[in-house]
Amino acid sequence: MYVNPRLEQRVVQSILWLFTAITVFILFYIIFFILKNGLPVLNYQFLTTNPTDMGKSGGIYSTIIGTIALTIGAILIATPLGVGTAIYLTEYTLESKITRVIRFGSECLAGIPSIIFGLFGFILFVTKLKFGWSILSGSLTLAFMILPTIIRTSEEALKSVPYNLREVSFSLGGTKWQTVTKVVLPSALPGIVTGVILSVGRSISETAAVIFTAGSALRIPTSIFSSSRTMAVHFYILAREGISMPNAYGTAAVLIIAILIINITAYRLMHKFMKKYS
Amino acid sequence: MSIIEVNKLNLFYGNFQALKEITLRIEKQKITALIGPSGCGKSTFLRTLNRMNDLIDDVRISGSVKISGNDIYGSDVDLLALRKKVGMVFQRPNPFPLSIYDNVVYGLRVHGILDKKIMEQKLQWSLESVHLWDEVKDKLDQNALTLSGEQQQRLCIARLAVVEPEVLLMDEPCSALDPMSTAKIEDLMYELKKQYTIIIVTHNMQQAARVSEYTGYFLLGELVEFGETNQIFTSPKDSRTEDYLTGRFG
Repeated sequence: MYVNPRLEQRVVQSILWLFTAITVFILFYIIFFILKNGLPVLNYQFLTTNPTDMGKSGGIYSTIIGTIALTIGAILIATPLGVGTAIYLTEYTLESKITRVIRFGSECLAGIPSIIFGLFGFILFVTKLKFGWSILSGSLTLAFMILPTIIRTSEEALKSVPYNLREVSFSLGGTKWQTVTKVVLPSALPGIVTGVILSVGRSISETAAVIFTAGSALRIPTSIFSSSRTMAVHFYILAREGISMPNAYGTAAVLIIAILIINITAYRLMHKFMKKYS
Repeated sequence: MSIIEVNKLNLFYGNFQALKEITLRIEKQKITALIGPSGCGKSTFLRTLNRMNDLIDDVRISGSVKISGNDIYGSDVDLLALRKKVGMVFQRPNPFPLSIYDNVVYGLRVHGILDKKIMEQKLQWSLESVHLWDEVKDKLDQNALTLSGEQQQRLCIARLAVVEPEVLLMDEPCSALDPMSTAKIEDLMYELKKQYTIIIVTHNMQQAARVSEYTGYFLLGELVEFGETNQIFTSPKDSRTEDYLTGRFG
């Protein structure tokens, strides 16, 4: 069947435009919906007072603290591990079967559902190692979950540093480690930071892995062995148990705004990084 | 007096033989040019002199390379000291994406010289030796990538000068520069040979004729002819050299 190519072109263009419009609409509608329901309860007090009556009233202060503590813990554990692995893979080994196995392994890690991580963390950290439901157990579990992202983005960032800069450093009598720390890492830093920031976003919004390992205590955590409730878990419990929908939306709004800010920052950094090397 | 003695040097990338039985002597504080068509092994040869080929997988080398009498492929060679002694200027100007200051003092930091006073002295001295000091002294903390290509190449030479090498290997240092800039770099080479032994790989035969005292002609991994530049360019002994110089191919 012959179709007029000009007509075809116009039809296809319209269809593609429609698909894009639908995608964008859904995305914005979700954000709009959450903010519309959440913003009315959002105020200074909501952010700075602790939940009372299981979250039916009061604010979300302790869950903000819990989220921050867990995220910082996860980042502190995962960043050295992930960046170290990436440096080893890109700078210290040549492509071989072993590096491919390591890479494949870390990619598989990325595909595991978070609830499985939660279960694993529960069995290993909470019960076996007796850390209990705690910031520590939660951070460790989250760290394993975000590790692949950090390895992947760090690897890409390291690879994008031109090879000849390494050669120059070697030709001046620099060692590999000097080359990595003085030339490669500074140049790759924005890219690495972008990966870390994206991981922060993932940690903040994670629910399943955290509820199993950090628990859901509403107190403000006092040590890394305290159980704690994150915003995402708080939202889940408020909504699921029908405790307070307005407060659930309020929590969701705070979460979404936080994620938006984090992603915009990451995007900006990435953009700056790309501009520097192209 | 010769500073570098190369004896029956062979180099293989896997099964491919890139250098065949190279034997030559490089004179101290002279400029030696290596010419030849692309892929003839001249850059590969240059990189055997500071062992940059070590970075490539699957390279095998036989024969000997002696610098100041020491076999640089011996088992007790300090690679870092060798590279300090034999510096390299690359084809494209390649400053680090750091400040001008950090670029120049990089070599000092790498070799453990962290004293601010010494760093600043050497910084000024090396930038003056490449005639860049007056142009950049007021913007030392600016990113080096903001300089022009020729300034960047000068900066790369200054960055090398601070570690006080004895030999400068230049791998087509002007191929990314326009003729005016090339002339400036060539003038600089004239001055530098008072202190350094310079070996330059070049595509440009006029450049070899202009700047060098000795010339080696490479073809398909072989050193076809080596001798004084005058003699090579006026009365080459090998017909293959003559073919290349007269532009019959290349």
